[in-house]
Amino acid sequence: MNARLRLAAQAAAIAVVVALLGLLVWKVVAGSGDEVTGSLASGGRPQAPDFTLPRLVGSGELALASTRGKAVVLNFWASWCIPCKDETPLLQRSWQRWKGRGVVFVGVNAKDFRGDARRFLRRYRVTYPNVYDGKGSTLGRYGITGFPETFFLDAEGRVVYRIAGPVTTAAEIDAGIERALAPA
Amino acid sequence: MKLVAIVVGALALAAPALASEERPTASELESELVCPVCEATLDTSNAPVARRMKAYIRARIAAGDTKSEIKGQLVEQFGTAVLAVPPRRGFDWIAWVLPLAGLGGGLLVVGALAWRWSRRREDGDAQVEPLDPELERRLDAALSKLE
Repeated sequence: MNARLRLAAQAAAIAVVVALLGLLVWKVVAGSGDEVTGSLASGGRPQAPDFTLPRLVGSGELALASTRGKAVVLNFWASWCIPCKDETPLLQRSWQRWKGRGVVFVGVNAKDFRGDARRFLRRYRVTYPNVYDGKGSTLGRYGITGFPETFFLDAEGRVVYRIAGPVTTAAEIDAGIERALAPA
Repeated sequence: MKLVAIVVGALALAAPALASEERPTASELESELVCPVCEATLDTSNAPVARRMKAYIRARIAAGDTKSEIKGQLVEQFGTAVLAVPPRRGFDWIAWVLPLAGLGGGLLVVGALAWRWSRRREDGDAQVEPLDPELERRLDAALSKLE
């Protein structure tokens, strides 16, 4: 009986340790954006993680999947982010140049107050669609560690290029878009 | 009389908690909420979003919101990760249960081991072999010479 009890206790201890390890691995992998950034770094074209988020202006939601068939400039930002204030006018002007040419710009506001984000869009007269991700649920999946970051997606929703940090010239944006529009 | 004392004591303890809920202070809220970017409590963070949250808290306190209302508004914007203490529901229950279960389990294991070791020691005492009778007789003779 003693030996059986000891065996049962050992089995229970091992099960608890394995369960906790499994939880740790799941938490790390689930939040990891390595499949995007890692794949990009090694020359791959990973599928952009999908999302459906509420629009910041107007009602309803925007699903990333609805942009299939067009190249996408996907910009992650927050109103409290200083470099975001510098790059937003550049993004808006680029949007106006590329609109109607098979390109769509989408902004994702994260870890921010909804009201502050809307004021930001009004202040910089942003007209491309923006969505709200207050909890930052998209950030881990894209491997984002800071704001701003911009991803360029092709018509099939694959990430072809990424700019970590602010875009500083229109030429940078154009180069990313041209990569996204180029045939695979 | 005892009952009155208990009721008065309970009210005395509850009063500060009620006051804190109805008229919270910025410092207590800042210690109970976390910056969503740097994950430090607001009172120790100077991140831009933390500063913005502190300003929001002060504005909502001035508007007369309760502690629960302010926390609820911030959770609605940033998610439950903004709470310094995880809520007691759903998956977050693990954060509450696991440490206590671990401590309880550890105490049980230590207690069981200590009990077993003490049993082993008692059994060990009982297992001392008796002396050889001839040796015991010679020992007694030697000891009696010393008296």
